Amino acid sequence: MAHKVGVVVFPGSNCDRDAFNAFGSVMNQKVEFLWHKETSLDGVDVVVLPGGFSYGDYLRSGAIARFSPIMNEVVRFAERGGLVMGICNGFQVLVECGLLPGALLRNAKLKFVCRQVYLRAETTKTPFTSALKPGQILKVPIAHGDGNYYADEATLKSLEEEDRIVFRYSTRDGEITSEANPNGSIRNIAGIVNKSRNVLGMMPHPERASEQILGSASGAMVLKSVIESLN
Amino acid sequence: MYKVIIKVTLKKKILDPQGKAIESSLHNLGFSNLTGVRTGKNIEIAINEKDIGRAKTSIQSACEKLLANPVTEEFEYEIFDNDGTAVARFSTLHTQTKEPVG
Repeated sequence: MAHKVGVVVFPGSNCDRDAFNAFGSVMNQKVEFLWHKETSLDGVDVVVLPGGFSYGDYLRSGAIARFSPIMNEVVRFAERGGLVMGICNGFQVLVECGLLPGALLRNAKLKFVCRQVYLRAETTKTPFTSALKPGQILKVPIAHGDGNYYADEATLKSLEEEDRIVFRYSTRDGEITSEANPNGSIRNIAGIVNKSRNVLGMMPHPERASEQILGSASGAMVLKSVIESLN
Repeated sequence: MYKVIIKVTLKKKILDPQGKAIESSLHNLGFSNLTGVRTGKNIEIAINEKDIGRAKTSIQSACEKLLANPVTEEFEYEIFDNDGTAVARFSTLHTQTKEPVG
């Protein structure tokens, strides 16, 4: 049975269609767009906060989108255990609204970085990575100017101890090096989950690596994990 | 009616790559005596309140909720009356530092 995936659309979202295509045409699920002014999630099984530049990234990336009417529902949904996936700008919205800890700063070299990167799956004990093998390497694109993950020492310690770092930027062979770090993220962190493990934030775009024709299909494993954990 | 000028900056312990880039450009221009460049945002807002206490409460709350991110940023502001006289001042720097000032 197909699950219902809700893709939130903010003014300035630009990966909403990619997410729609990846969950719809590639993964054969029912997908619908949820306009940011809605106050209902329409009974969806999973919420995707897509990439883009909501509100032109004004003030701080994600800072204004986080107060959109629909975000109250997203927070409530997450607190009830619903699966929420924030990709790129979606990750920025999730840290701004406090569902995930830390912040995403300007890339260390100040440049917008748009290219394929390698990620190492650091944990398979999340609904977003359960179909992966431990340490599996994914090839997925990044496209952001504010992806430099930052958290204070106490937060990093709890992320490590609670096995909540989901992806790190790595070399093709899975080595965690500073050369493999595209944006200066602390400890090469590319994605994390919340304490209850039902909210994922990641800067790279698995939905834009869901079919071979896009250059890589390894991101589809993330989407597959989500769907399998809903079954 | 009051006017407020708010300054939002990255916390001192957080690297400001924009400041670094400006600093190296200044050095290239020969300003070798200029160091420690930090950038930030300047926000001006009119406050529709007669009471300074209420004006201050609104601005404080606006800074904490939206204008600054407490994880990475700090803020300070100064409120001015119609004549342009400063009537209130606040800085997060003052609440967190135990280091000697000046």
